[in-house]
Amino acid sequence: MIAVFGLILLTGCGRADLSALRPQGPAAETSYGLMKLSITIMVIVLLIVFSIAAFVMIRFRRKPGQSEIPEQVEGSIKLEILWTVIPLILVVVLAVPTVKAVFAAGNDHWNDKNAIKVKVTGHQYWWEFEYPDYGITTAQDLVIPKGKDIAFELKTADVIHSFWVPSLSGKLDTNPAGTINRFSFSAPNEGVYRGKCAELCGPSHGLMEFKVKSVSEEAFQKWVDGMKKPAAVLLEDPALAKTFKDQCLKCHAVGDQGISVGPNLTGIGSREAIAGILINDDSGVEGASVEENLKTWLHDPKSVKPNNLMPSPKDLGLTDEEIDGIAHYLANYKLN
Amino acid sequence: MTTAHAEAANGTLPHEPEKATLEGRNKVLAFWLFLGGEAVLFGTLFATFLALRNQTNEGPTANELFHLPLVAAATFILLVSSLTSVFAIQAMHRNRPAVLRNWLLITVVLGLGFLGLEIYEFSEYIRHEEFGMTTSAFSSAFYTLVGFHGAHVAFGIVWIGILIAQLSRKGLNVITAPKIYVSAMYWHFIDVVWVFIFTVVYLLGKVG
Amino acid sequence: MAQAAPVLNHSKPLKHGHNVKRHTGLMDWITTVDHKKIAILYLWAGGLFFGIGGLEAILIRIQLIKPMNTFLNAQLFNELITMHGTTMIFLGVMPIIFALMNAVIPLQIGARDVAFPFLNALGFWTFLFGGLLLNLSWVMGGAPDAGWTAYAPLSTSTYSTTHGVDFYTIGLQIAGLGTLIGGINFLATIITMRAPGMSYMRMPMFAWTTFITSAIILFAFPAITVGLVLLTFDRILGANFFEVGAGGNPVLWQHIFWIFGHPEVYILILPAFGIISEIIPTFSRKRLFGYSSMVFATILIAFLGFMVWAHHMFTTGLGPVANALFSVSTMLIAVPTGIKIFNWLFTMWGGQVRFTTPNLFAAGFIPTFTMGGVTGVMLASAPADFQFHDTYFVVAHFHYVIVGGLVLGLFGGLHYWWPKMFGRMLSEKLGKWTFWTFILGFHMTFFVQHFLGLMGMQRRVFTYLPNQQFDLLNLISTIGAGLMGVGTIIFLTNVFLTSRKPVGALDDPWEDGRTLEWSIPSPPPEYNFKQTPLVRGIDALWKEKTAGNKGMTPAEPVGSIHMPSATALPFVMSVGIFIAGLGFMFSRDDFGNAFMSFIFNNYIVTAIGLLITFGSMVLRSVFDDHGWHIEPEELEEG
Repeated sequence: MIAVFGLILLTGCGRADLSALRPQGPAAETSYGLMKLSITIMVIVLLIVFSIAAFVMIRFRRKPGQSEIPEQVEGSIKLEILWTVIPLILVVVLAVPTVKAVFAAGNDHWNDKNAIKVKVTGHQYWWEFEYPDYGITTAQDLVIPKGKDIAFELKTADVIHSFWVPSLSGKLDTNPAGTINRFSFSAPNEGVYRGKCAELCGPSHGLMEFKVKSVSEEAFQKWVDGMKKPAAVLLEDPALAKTFKDQCLKCHAVGDQGISVGPNLTGIGSREAIAGILINDDSGVEGASVEENLKTWLHDPKSVKPNNLMPSPKDLGLTDEEIDGIAHYLANYKLN
Repeated sequence: MTTAHAEAANGTLPHEPEKATLEGRNKVLAFWLFLGGEAVLFGTLFATFLALRNQTNEGPTANELFHLPLVAAATFILLVSSLTSVFAIQAMHRNRPAVLRNWLLITVVLGLGFLGLEIYEFSEYIRHEEFGMTTSAFSSAFYTLVGFHGAHVAFGIVWIGILIAQLSRKGLNVITAPKIYVSAMYWHFIDVVWVFIFTVVYLLGKVG
Repeated sequence: MAQAAPVLNHSKPLKHGHNVKRHTGLMDWITTVDHKKIAILYLWAGGLFFGIGGLEAILIRIQLIKPMNTFLNAQLFNELITMHGTTMIFLGVMPIIFALMNAVIPLQIGARDVAFPFLNALGFWTFLFGGLLLNLSWVMGGAPDAGWTAYAPLSTSTYSTTHGVDFYTIGLQIAGLGTLIGGINFLATIITMRAPGMSYMRMPMFAWTTFITSAIILFAFPAITVGLVLLTFDRILGANFFEVGAGGNPVLWQHIFWIFGHPEVYILILPAFGIISEIIPTFSRKRLFGYSSMVFATILIAFLGFMVWAHHMFTTGLGPVANALFSVSTMLIAVPTGIKIFNWLFTMWGGQVRFTTPNLFAAGFIPTFTMGGVTGVMLASAPADFQFHDTYFVVAHFHYVIVGGLVLGLFGGLHYWWPKMFGRMLSEKLGKWTFWTFILGFHMTFFVQHFLGLMGMQRRVFTYLPNQQFDLLNLISTIGAGLMGVGTIIFLTNVFLTSRKPVGALDDPWEDGRTLEWSIPSPPPEYNFKQTPLVRGIDALWKEKTAGNKGMTPAEPVGSIHMPSATALPFVMSVGIFIAGLGFMFSRDDFGNAFMSFIFNNYIVTAIGLLITFGSMVLRSVFDDHGWHIEPEELEEG
């Protein structure tokens, strides 16, 4: 046990952009505060139980030759009261802040003028983020201005998912129409945080990740403006441009073109990851370059995310060169 | 146990023949427990129905669908059948097998009448109102709740029918008495469930 | 021995009037209505499913041994987690609980059998056929893949297109029927079949927890039955309970599932509490400390267990009022549970504790279960649960409760009552090896999972990305799982080696037995008690021992003993339900064969199955089972 503890200490408490033990925002702080309180209480309880257990198991072992009958004690009302009242007090100590935090978490910022509204839609197996006040829609990367309350409305397009950014906030389910949820959180600091789907939603549930990008207010405004701009020239090669339009834009959108059945691709070149899990990292430490990742995805999407709904471009008749060309184009489709 | 058998053999029955043997007492007790479980079963179905009763998916609503006179007639028939099964048990306690059999027969006939009305009602909905299992969440909940009850009635009819046959063959004794007694308990239970269905499904459907 | 007489409708029993048909071999097991044999059937069947569920667990852990592993594909992984959970809970541990209840409860309350031997057999066979049906899914088009909770819409036919979830809904309905029958049977048995002098407050704790567990089964299982029926109707008949487009409501499924699901947790753990409460006093040579508060705590846990279900749904979005209420009600359960822990510890206080294998398991149970209990309280705090929910923290928590609590309890109980069930002592040496490997492996597997969850690893993921600091902890967890597997294999070896030893266990093989089962031979004769014992206090046998008596004082003279007849009807009825279920499940399939399609699509197979079942019920009703008698002379011979 001690060895196990040691190993855990060595690994620390997880990544700062992922772990619930390293909160990066007030909502996660609240949860973390309650965790610390409850862990403290519970460790005390465990110590008491373990000590008594160790004591009785050592002190009252049957000794060789011991044959007299121990006293048959019926019980003790005093002790029973003691171990009823003390746990009750501990429960109250935990229950009061819990109830307070529950009602605080229930605050709905949807009608708060200063909050940024985001409509989150879960899909098998990707996330759609719509900003109704700005008229823009994006996917996989949720860009937010730091310090601002972000008011979320969560729903699903298919099965139930759960929207979770551990370092910023606890999770909330995305339910179908009729049971839509709202909540809010904020990220005081700039940074990229990892988000996950936390409700079993099909084979690729474990790969349904996303990123939350907290940026300065100016950068956010710039990003919004970039998203609103009409898409530039699609592809320089007219034949490839036609293929892209005829095949890809039947489900995807870039700028003002195409439709949003699948993830919106506007500015995909500047996102943190492709398909939420192929992390874009030119240094090659955590992932590969955007273009490499796009190639990996486009050559065989099903092998990256089993059972996802995107048809393989090859099955649509695209050649390897065409796929690479589209990957190259998308990789360079950046917002700034 | 032996004394009870002796009395049966002599043609006299103990005061409450259903509880004269350990087996009989166990049967009555277990049947009460079973009805407790059944109450949870119907409770869950009622909760489901209440949750979904306004989800008509542009199909017929409860108010458009239900004709209270028909349902009231069915209710009346079932309530009377509960009464006749009380008479049956009274006859059993007075050790009058023939009277008992007649009351049981009347109960079965009334049950069949109820079931006939229900089948007629369902077929009307399906044929003339385009209201089937798949129409809406409301229709699914309606057919499941009322249908479950109907299936219970049908089971009860067959059960009591078989007991009537046994009564004629074996006579009234400490073996047959508990069976008849628990079947009457069952019959009262489905009657009570119907009262709730009448209120929650039909009356509330017409009013709310 | 093989002779007895029907006595009904005769004022005097006709001795040796007819031969009683006695079966041997396989037919004996199929037709038995003896609770002791049914216990063994439950044990083997539960053991089989426990083994299957364990293998599934090992496969899951191998897949998770490293990031981006390709040992299993995503679909198969989801089938494995679904079947692991479902199998372990419904087909693994519950039958083993029923095995111990059947083996012990009639003996502990001084009864010759349960109240309804026929129903007892029926309960077993319906459970078995339900379990077989569920596991048939592996070879008939794919296992269920929507998790053991089967949340809609993922479990609806739109998103789960194989028959997997149909096997789940129909298999569990059939198995659940068996459980419900068992629950009613034990309630009635404990209410009416107690020996003279055994008042409720003199019942052994295991009898009490069985009683309360059975009551929970009675009120919880009908709810899941309804849920499963609704899901079946949605999938097979096109109903709309969970179809959002037609007005259905998927959150309704969650409520129905957890209204059953949370009490189910107490159905699992209360019997373990009972087992521990038997083992600890025996091996401390002291009576259970605070017996009446233990009884009270058990009842309170069962009561509270029905009003906390929504704590599984804090992240569903029920609103702050519901979340606050369910947080507080859940935390309250800590109080009666704490009472139990301290009473066990104080039972040992001042005693003479002997660490036999059963008591090792009991001693290991206390700290391990406490750890599961405290994380339960942590989970009860809704705002913290927003982080814990659906992560490995929850996986760790419920395995601490179910494996660290229930499975340790079951291992303890099996080692404890094995001599009573089989007449042979399990090897103490191998038993201790089982304990140490299993409990070490257990803590290795699940302790680290708390941290995985807190560090951001959600549950039910078939793989995970590298560079998340999950790798080492997952590796430790997998090695631990292997160790638990080794422990289980040692146990099976122990069982095998023991079965080759001659029957020779004493009536009271642990020497300090306190309750009635230790007053009769191991294994007991088929009538259990030659004379019904007179109970003069709590721990009836212990009381006689300390009074200097050699055994129990009989409450009746030696007389002829009425026994129920063996019958194959329960088996046949269960086969009927099995056929009906299978028929209904495939009623919408096109078999590419006119005859097959005809009999399935017109519900003919279903009708045949139901006919077999209901026909058997009619037979049972029409032909009375008069049973048979064992006469005093035969008792003397035996």
